Amino acid sequence: MSQGESLPFIQEPIPRSRWLAPLTICAGSLVTALFPAVATFPFLPPSGLLMLLGWRLQRPDAIPVWATALLGLFDDLFSGQPLGSAMLLWSTCVLAIDVLDTRLVWRDYWQDWLLAGGAIGFCLVAGRFLAAPFAAHVDTALLLQIVASCALYPLATRICVWLDPVPEER
Amino acid sequence: MAPPRNRRPGFSRRAQYGLFLGYVVLVAGAAIGAGMLLLSTFNPPAFAVVRGAVSEVTTPIASGLSWVRHGVSDIGSGVSNYFGVVSENARLRKQLADSQTLIERASTLSIENRRLRVLLGVRDREAESVVVARLVASSASSTRRYATLNAGSRQGVQAGQPVRGPAGLVGQIVETSLNTARVLLLIDPESVVPVRRVRDGMPAIVAGRGDGMLDVRSASLASVVFRDGDIFVTSGTGGIFPPNIPVARVAHDARDTALARPTANPDAIDFVLVQKSFLPEAKPTNAPAIGK
Repeated sequence: MSQGESLPFIQEPIPRSRWLAPLTICAGSLVTALFPAVATFPFLPPSGLLMLLGWRLQRPDAIPVWATALLGLFDDLFSGQPLGSAMLLWSTCVLAIDVLDTRLVWRDYWQDWLLAGGAIGFCLVAGRFLAAPFAAHVDTALLLQIVASCALYPLATRICVWLDPVPEER
Repeated sequence: MAPPRNRRPGFSRRAQYGLFLGYVVLVAGAAIGAGMLLLSTFNPPAFAVVRGAVSEVTTPIASGLSWVRHGVSDIGSGVSNYFGVVSENARLRKQLADSQTLIERASTLSIENRRLRVLLGVRDREAESVVVARLVASSASSTRRYATLNAGSRQGVQAGQPVRGPAGLVGQIVETSLNTARVLLLIDPESVVPVRRVRDGMPAIVAGRGDGMLDVRSASLASVVFRDGDIFVTSGTGGIFPPNIPVARVAHDARDTALARPTANPDAIDFVLVQKSFLPEAKPTNAPAIGK
């Protein structure tokens, strides 16, 4: 239990993650718009989504639930996907993780990774069908992108934990 | 990981309602997202203004990063060029001597061609160039292949104009803002370009595959044979792309549909040239009534 809940009249200091989390997720979305290369196949991981999952699974109270839709809209402006796709898919992921959280009371790191992998795979595959025609030959590249993104998830969690370390007394 | 602390907000009604409202807003956001998705599927340029506005902000930064990247990647080639210059000089001298006769023959043919065209009275349209600019960023995490051009409507760029590099066609402008434009690359799965084979003028269609390669489909005849190394250039059909820009080179022998490599690699090009649409769309005119 944190200090604030046992002593209701003492204002708990706003944790750093409250403003750092949306900022880093937006920065992740901006990576695609700023990366100085013209891609011939999808080679960058969806870094905004990785940061979102990192924050959601490491610090569940960092992002207000409703903010996911707005962060998704921001990502859509830069990713090249049709507008609205990340808004829909990211919200679905966060809702699914919230539902799973009521079932799994205590998650360990590997379960976190599995959840993140599922969310990444769902977002990329659904995004592919929303954006590109069914006959497009993008599936091999997409598979590699999913594997690379899942492998990069621990890096996202490292960044989140490094930005907002757990205080000693908790 | 411990169970999240905000699962049960306690006895405070305000906190309970706040949490519930958060989920209501999230689901509403997802629904709005689905609606926008439908709109942008059936009318792709629907949100061009919003995308253009944010791209106005990011493109200058991307241009700077792209400049740095090109500067750094030029260092390596510069050093290797310096050491390879003597052998390359000898090789080029030999090549120059070899191609001299070919050039003379080609120039006489060119002069003759021009004379014959004047005799025939063919009216040629020259493809006018609009602007030379850089491709600075792209949709590298998406399955669609868009690139950002750092010139926009203020420089005269308009949607529909073809974009080419020195080696061949790169793509087509789809959206513009004041100083930036969005280019649908040739290799995008929804890009289609009418072409013809250089060897015999056979019409075909080049479609992007999404993995960096192209599909060449014959436009008219059945059982067409494509040979390894066949080169396709734009035919000018449809009036958007000027004729005779190299587009694709067939990679393997095939029938009816062949795998081809684009002649221009958009990532290796320093600058691209935006040209005017070859034949601009006909505007409705108040034509005088005929026969009065």
